Amino acid sequence: MEKATRFTLRVKITVVIFLVLFFLPIYTGLTDNGFYLDLVNRLMILAIAAASLNLILGHGGMISFGHAAYLGIGAYCVGIPAYYGVDNGPLQIFLAVAASGIFALITGAICLRTKGVYFIMITMAFTQMVFFGFVSVEEYGGDDGLVIDTRSNFGSFINIQDNINLYYFILISLIICLFLIHKITKSRFGLVIEGSRSNEQRMRSIGFDTYRYRLICYVIAGCICGYAGALLGNFTNFISPEMMDWAASGELIFMVILGGTGSLLGPVFGAAAFVILEEWLSSLTLYWHFIFGALLIMVVLFARGGISGIVTYLGNRKQ
Amino acid sequence: MTPILKISSLCKQFGGITATNNIDLNINEGEIHAVIGPNGAGKTTLISQLSGDLKADKGAILFQGDLITNMPSNKRSLLGIARTFQITSLMLDMSTLDNVALAVQAHSGHSYRFWQDARQDNQLIEPALYVLKQVGLLGPKDIITRELSHGEHRQLEIAMALATQPKLLLLDEPMAGMGGEETQKLIAILKRLKTGKTMILIEHDMNAVFSLADRITVMVYGEIIATGSPKEIRANQKVKAAYLGDEELQTC
Amino acid sequence: MDWVLFVTQILNGLQLGVLLFLLASGLTLIFGIMDFVNLAHGSLYMIGAYFCGTFTDITDSFFYGIILAIPATAVVGVIVEIIIIRRLYSQDHLDHVLATFGLILCFDALVHFAWGPEGMAIPLPAILDGQIEILPDIVFPTFRLLIITTGLTLAIILYLVITRTRSGMLIRAGASNRTMIGALGIDIKTLFTLVFGAGAAMAGLAGMMISPITEASIGMGNDIIIVAFVVIIIGGIGSVKGAFIAAILVRFIDTMGRSFLDTFLKLLLSAESAETAAPALSAMLIYILMATILIFRPQGLFPPRGR
Ligand SMILES: Nc1ncnc2c1ncn2[C@@H]1O[C@H](COP(=O)(O)OP(=O)(O)OP(=O)(O)O)[C@@H](O)[C@H]1O
Ligand SMILES: [Mg+2]
Repeated sequence: MEKATRFTLRVKITVVIFLVLFFLPIYTGLTDNGFYLDLVNRLMILAIAAASLNLILGHGGMISFGHAAYLGIGAYCVGIPAYYGVDNGPLQIFLAVAASGIFALITGAICLRTKGVYFIMITMAFTQMVFFGFVSVEEYGGDDGLVIDTRSNFGSFINIQDNINLYYFILISLIICLFLIHKITKSRFGLVIEGSRSNEQRMRSIGFDTYRYRLICYVIAGCICGYAGALLGNFTNFISPEMMDWAASGELIFMVILGGTGSLLGPVFGAAAFVILEEWLSSLTLYWHFIFGALLIMVVLFARGGISGIVTYLGNRKQ
Repeated sequence: MTPILKISSLCKQFGGITATNNIDLNINEGEIHAVIGPNGAGKTTLISQLSGDLKADKGAILFQGDLITNMPSNKRSLLGIARTFQITSLMLDMSTLDNVALAVQAHSGHSYRFWQDARQDNQLIEPALYVLKQVGLLGPKDIITRELSHGEHRQLEIAMALATQPKLLLLDEPMAGMGGEETQKLIAILKRLKTGKTMILIEHDMNAVFSLADRITVMVYGEIIATGSPKEIRANQKVKAAYLGDEELQTC
Repeated sequence: MDWVLFVTQILNGLQLGVLLFLLASGLTLIFGIMDFVNLAHGSLYMIGAYFCGTFTDITDSFFYGIILAIPATAVVGVIVEIIIIRRLYSQDHLDHVLATFGLILCFDALVHFAWGPEGMAIPLPAILDGQIEILPDIVFPTFRLLIITTGLTLAIILYLVITRTRSGMLIRAGASNRTMIGALGIDIKTLFTLVFGAGAAMAGLAGMMISPITEASIGMGNDIIIVAFVVIIIGGIGSVKGAFIAAILVRFIDTMGRSFLDTFLKLLLSAESAETAAPALSAMLIYILMATILIFRPQGLFPPRGR
């Protein structure tokens, strides 16, 4: 019984969220308020990135402090072709996913040979490497970043030059990515990943080459986040190395933890809470980072279940 | 009898401590081979070297004629060697059924399957439930493993090893911390399993050892001081002096 | 090759290397002993620089500025340890990373609040502001020479403390094998606090010594902290010796890469492609070094024992 209630509460919330997201452009269109649309666009893109991070961090126990690298790589894979006048959407998306995957494969192969603190620091260092790499390439704007003149072109059928279309493109991307991740975590592969987080030695002992499975998982997460990066490039029409600053990676972890690692929608809640907090606090005071930092410390010390944990708690209590 | 496992001059040192020193041992197919010895004798180290959790400094291990000395533990598992851990090692935040189902899954092809729900997969669940029944874990299967009792953890240890359908089963003190009744049950289970499996059993409980073992090896300070039938071991002077003669150890 | 430039760059590398070591040695000890990931170590580097700036302003002397700022930074470190860090030791690495990331945000905002968004230039006293001819034709700024001497002296002192004194032995034992410390019945809490405070002081000192060159600025600790991580990864967690060698190595390779890589690449590539590739490659050089070392030695050059 208890389980059933929790389930329905979750499903209810999910349905409500996606209904709101679906009808939002109509509301903003009527009230002529593009600001909310932009906010939600950013939120959804970050939600995809956070969900991909949750795949390795929450399910796999791989604490990557460099996940923002893929946002940057994905965005540059839109920006650099656009710079040369190539606006072919499928090609850009393919580049974004493939480049992210290759980067994840190479760095993951090295990172995953190490454990614990080493892993955290090395993922961080590799992202910093990409960051400095792009900072020092003057051709693509270096420090100042690169303006993307044209969005990805998917032909006349899906025209994301239009803001409303871009919104639905991102929304559908979010739904598909969440569904994919949901499927993966429930699959045989997902079980191996979960087992490897829980007790890697035992997993090896019963016959799994955990290194390989984790590496594949790491690559999948990188690909999904690279895709989010391609969306981000299209949404902001601008890319700069700052997107992969290590603070950006920290923010992604924060979203995952804030939302709760255990569930599918956790990262979405986390991204939403993050974007809204950021918007709200920065309107309150110039020193909003302080409140943000303090909040982060509080979450760590007192509320490790995250928002999703609170939902579970409420679901149980209603019973 | 053909040996299924041949161990020759196996060594392992930890800093200054020699945990296993030139171990030579043949394990025959189908036997239960007990390894006994005082605390710190190197029994667990030996098992870990056989399972691949520890690398051997020196020496060779042949399993069914294949040299496996440098093979990682996951590959040895696929060849048919399974172990249990003296200090329980389980996926504590997954369910009982998940633990065993994973062991089944490891031995039913690759796991690069991303789509079907593994928890609804009867090819995994049925064998897992069968093994759980075999070891007498009959309670609900969807509880988080952490919540189980110590005895149940020990049973699950064995269930996971069994679920890989091993030819050679390495049991590291399976009865440790169990009550008298539970121990009797486990002895009965191991007796039943005897057909078709070879076992190396480390155990301090001498009742269990003498009622199960076909042969016994005695280790002291990383070395084998005797190998033989239970009768021979009982009569062996060296063993009496080093080990069985010690009243305290006999009762533990 | 231009020998004057070459020697100057070696000295520059050494100067940056010893500063990096000051930051990394505290970090590696904290890692080793407490198994604690402190992202906010760079914030103490920044705080040190700002304190030094303010105290220099007040006392009108860079020397007094430093002398006052060192204990002040250590006190900040100790307070942070007691209020927040201490509660985190028993929690997992993810918690460390998140909470100390939160600390960075807090520190940056506080500095912004107290000192404003602009950087803070710190004037050098006249005696340090000149240059010295150390070899025929080779002149080097006096202050940078002082940094090298101070850094090397501190490295030697640290080495002696760790190898020759009782508390140093404990720290070293703890850094490579944590269970030891508990077994020896030491007051762990106090030891942790002290090590944290000392680490803070060293990080702060590094910040104080760099700031007359670059000026104190918000976020100055956030880039160097990752380089310090690279140093620890290369050197091996918990190893002060490893941290020293790696810090010097990393800065050497970095400075050499920045000054000579394009010349070198021009031997292999066309001038034009060398000029585009060199900056990017030299920016990534130390990370490539790290990756290469990790492939061969996943635990770094001086891996911790017994773990
Ligand atoms: N990982 C390790 N690092 C250092 N020393 C070890 C390690 N594992 C075992 N040892 C040492 O090696 C020796 C043999 O240990 P081992 O665990 O194999 O003994 P055992 O026979 O299984 O003892 P017990 O009956 O207590 O389980 C002991 O002295 C032990 O302290
Ligand atoms: Mg043992």
